[in-house]
Amino acid sequence: MTAYLKLDHIDKSFARGGQVSEVLKDIRLTIDKGEFVSIIGHSGCGKSTLLNLIAGLTKVSAGAVLLEDKEVDSPGPERAVVFQNHSLLPWLTVYENINLAVSKVFGSTRTKAERHDWIMRNLDLVQMAHARDKRPAEISGGMKQRVGIARALAMEPKILLLDEPFGALDALTRAHLQDAVMDIHSRLGSTTIMITHDVDEAVLLSDRIVMMTNGPAATIGEVLAVPLARPRRRVELSSDRTFLRCREAVLKFLYERHRFVEAAE
Amino acid sequence: MSIQAIEDTKVKVFPAPAEPSRVIAFATKARRRFDLLAILSKLAGTLLPPAVVIVLMLVVWQIACSSPTASLPPPSQVWTEAYDLIAHPFFDNGPQDIGLAWRVLISLQRVAIGFGLAAIVGVALGALVGQSIWAMRGLDPVFQILRTVPPLAWLPLSLAAFRDSSPSAIFVIFITSIWPIIINTAVGVRNIPEDYRNVARILRLNQIEFFVKIMVPAAAPYIFTGLRIGIGLSWLAIVAAEMLTGGVGIGFFIWDAWNSSRLPDIIVALAYIGVTGFCLDRLVAAVGAFVTRGTTAK
Repeated sequence: MTAYLKLDHIDKSFARGGQVSEVLKDIRLTIDKGEFVSIIGHSGCGKSTLLNLIAGLTKVSAGAVLLEDKEVDSPGPERAVVFQNHSLLPWLTVYENINLAVSKVFGSTRTKAERHDWIMRNLDLVQMAHARDKRPAEISGGMKQRVGIARALAMEPKILLLDEPFGALDALTRAHLQDAVMDIHSRLGSTTIMITHDVDEAVLLSDRIVMMTNGPAATIGEVLAVPLARPRRRVELSSDRTFLRCREAVLKFLYERHRFVEAAE
Repeated sequence: MSIQAIEDTKVKVFPAPAEPSRVIAFATKARRRFDLLAILSKLAGTLLPPAVVIVLMLVVWQIACSSPTASLPPPSQVWTEAYDLIAHPFFDNGPQDIGLAWRVLISLQRVAIGFGLAAIVGVALGALVGQSIWAMRGLDPVFQILRTVPPLAWLPLSLAAFRDSSPSAIFVIFITSIWPIIINTAVGVRNIPEDYRNVARILRLNQIEFFVKIMVPAAAPYIFTGLRIGIGLSWLAIVAAEMLTGGVGIGFFIWDAWNSSRLPDIIVALAYIGVTGFCLDRLVAAVGAFVTRGTTAK
């Protein structure tokens, strides 16, 4: 069976003023359809760069990103990104922000009423239907991020790319959204790649956790499979032995074997 | 169950005050009178100082120009000699004898055409310069040199090119007001956050969609700054251009009045020009404030 998404010997280096800095080195990873994969690592290890490569926003220096055996070389709605800082357009309302995506992606295939229903369904999914006529400046940071997720989901992507999506949210909202993302993942079976700092979040949501070594020239240090049955419930998992074992494995990788040395920065 | 309890206490509390209508009526009456007073005092605060200054200026002017040897007319003479221009802005006694409001409107029409063209071309060129590093490298030096050319220096050339006064005047407006529009639009486009560009790239917006849906709204505050400077410059230029090209605009009226030594008419025309320029500026600012609402706050 061929992989759904394949990262084939990817190198990425940035040239700045004649100085070439190697960010990612020899990234090899295959992801199956419907899989939920988290990428975890210390800050500065090139996680976001890797996500941008998959999104097509940045070009690889060597190697290739293959989605269904086709090379990814430009961004597109089948690889929707939820950005770290929501990046909603401030002059559009919540509804219009999602409508911009929906009318571009489904403008020719769905009627106006269908598109409206689809927007509202996605807003309902993230519990933001009540704020449909608000502008981003009028809602909280957490709400903006929910709308950002709704916008990405509304594109009905083949791969959903989440760039530290819950980083700016308070713990309760974060938990709600994690549940929402799990629910969406189980319902739509969307292949998802999530960048995160949060070990618990990674174990709770993922089928596999990709652990990155520290930069420069970061690469994949280890891939951990999380053999937990779905649906997962956070309260039950908090004392589950498999959950704790996975959590420990990630923590050991991050804090014992690849301890972040700040002086090296 | 606890909610039920709270509702019960609420129900008990509410019916207590008797005759609530009278209380409400009294309160609103008092508040309205207070608001009226506040508005009046605020109005006086904004209108009184400029009124005092204008009166003082008129008095000084009157004193300075009342001697028989004075070269300029005092305000009293302006009032008596140019009374028909002040009192009847809309009279129409034939092709060259029309009220000042008509003349201002004719000048405004030229400004509208010239400035409208400048706005369209300026935003398009500014977008190009802001988007493309090569367009900027190629065009920016040319723009920086051309924008320092005074408006009237273009007039002989445009007269030679168009062989007619009206399109020449419009061209002078166009070439005067386009530079600030181009430059401000370019700055606005260069400042579009990378995130918005990424969103557009993921959605695969084409050039036109990106221009209409992302670039123009994101750069709108900058664009309107440019438009506001541009409209001010074009109103400056139209008067000067019309003085040289003739026709029936307000600029030519001043030139004509000078040639027939009607100084009071010139002074009245200056007041018209000033007030119109002020209104134009405020109009563009108001449109800008309306269009860019919600975009400045992030």
